[in-house]
Amino acid sequence: MNKRKAVIPGEVIKEDENSLPGEWTEKKGNKIIALRYGLAEEVGRLIKVIPLSGPYQPRKGNIVIGQVELITFNGWIIDIRTFENAFLPLSEIPRYINKESMEDILDIGDTVIAKVRNVGKRGVELSLKSRGLGRVEEGIIFKINSNKVPRVIGKEGSMINLIKKNTECDIIVGQNGFIWVKGDSIEKELLAKKAIMFVAEKSHITGLTEEIIKWFEKEENEK
Amino acid sequence: MKSKSFERIDKRKFDEIRPMKAKVGVVPNADGSALFQFGETVAIAAVYGPKKMHPQHLQNPEKGTLRCNYSMMSFSVAERIRPGPTRRSTEISKIIQWALEPVLLIEKYSNTVIDVHINILQANASTRCAAINAAAMALAHAGIPMKDIVSSVSIGKLDKQLVVDINKYEEDWEDGEGATDIPMSFTGSGEITHIQLDGKISIEELKEAIELGRKAVKKIYEVQKKALKEVINCENGNEQTN
Repeated sequence: MNKRKAVIPGEVIKEDENSLPGEWTEKKGNKIIALRYGLAEEVGRLIKVIPLSGPYQPRKGNIVIGQVELITFNGWIIDIRTFENAFLPLSEIPRYINKESMEDILDIGDTVIAKVRNVGKRGVELSLKSRGLGRVEEGIIFKINSNKVPRVIGKEGSMINLIKKNTECDIIVGQNGFIWVKGDSIEKELLAKKAIMFVAEKSHITGLTEEIIKWFEKEENEK
Repeated sequence: MKSKSFERIDKRKFDEIRPMKAKVGVVPNADGSALFQFGETVAIAAVYGPKKMHPQHLQNPEKGTLRCNYSMMSFSVAERIRPGPTRRSTEISKIIQWALEPVLLIEKYSNTVIDVHINILQANASTRCAAINAAAMALAHAGIPMKDIVSSVSIGKLDKQLVVDINKYEEDWEDGEGATDIPMSFTGSGEITHIQLDGKISIEELKEAIELGRKAVKKIYEVQKKALKEVINCENGNEQTN
């Protein structure tokens, strides 16, 4: 494991002819300079900065949760709380749609779970052509800092699976920080929300998985 | 410097900055926030965004917009200030925006705005410098991509003596040639992003003042850097790979 260190914008991370600039860094001469506030990490020759704050950066293949902002003649504009517009074209709906009644599929203000199909110059393109995607009909939705999403999911989904098992809830974590929770009862949903907020807040602790197991035991005893 | 016997009201050396204090994350609701203090001058900055610019006609499809809002609290000075925008605060807001814009990398954030709200809690001159220092830290804390951090300091000329970081008493200096106030901002690598001049000064003395400022901001930069890193190190003291 490589050690990470805190960096500020403009700081020289390393002076090395052979190092390569990764994400949020630039190379000037033989200096690698940080372009964002966060943690610098060195993997082999590549040096990158992992941001701890800031807007969600859409990536191809991400699952995101957003709200319908506008209906256009050939699709929907979805607000996924990023700096670009996200567009969901008609062709990316996995069934036949009558153009006259697009609001029956998704109306303004509806919450939708979608996948990022492409990130191009014209913005983000979304798709619903995958399992589990579509309009949100039930359950609760809340938002966390999008930079903490990897922690909530955990290594290969370990953290989120643990929360799912303990709360008996269905959970979808959008990479943009929105989280959808659906359980049999509102109590279970709220417990899941509380657990996720706990993970997001304590995201820096080592051995967070053990911590959350203890937390669940404590919650169980308090009932 | 001209005279060796010169003494400042608060017994500071001519190149000594008032005690500085910097803190990050003072406004939990904001996307990024910071406090910066020069002696009795305290500035607090909060950053919101990038978010969609409204009204729509102000949107810039080429790049993101930085919008600064400087204001002094009504209790920041002995004589109560009427709240709300004034000619002076509108001008300083614009100047802070110009001082910070060159370091921001917001070309990708088209049609969006980054709001920076700066409030002066307590004032004893050099408020715009404290405001720029706080705003630069808050922008970095909000995760806005930046080339560098901006640090700002005011250089004064009291009669013929150049001094660093002037206070209200020195700003109102009347002996000899009177007071000249030169607030200036530098990036971490020493490039000027902002300079203003209020008073009279010769070209040679101005060059000298800039060099004095360039030396002084290095100390400010270290204070800003330390405050920003402290937050990460204390939150992620035992960082692990995921």
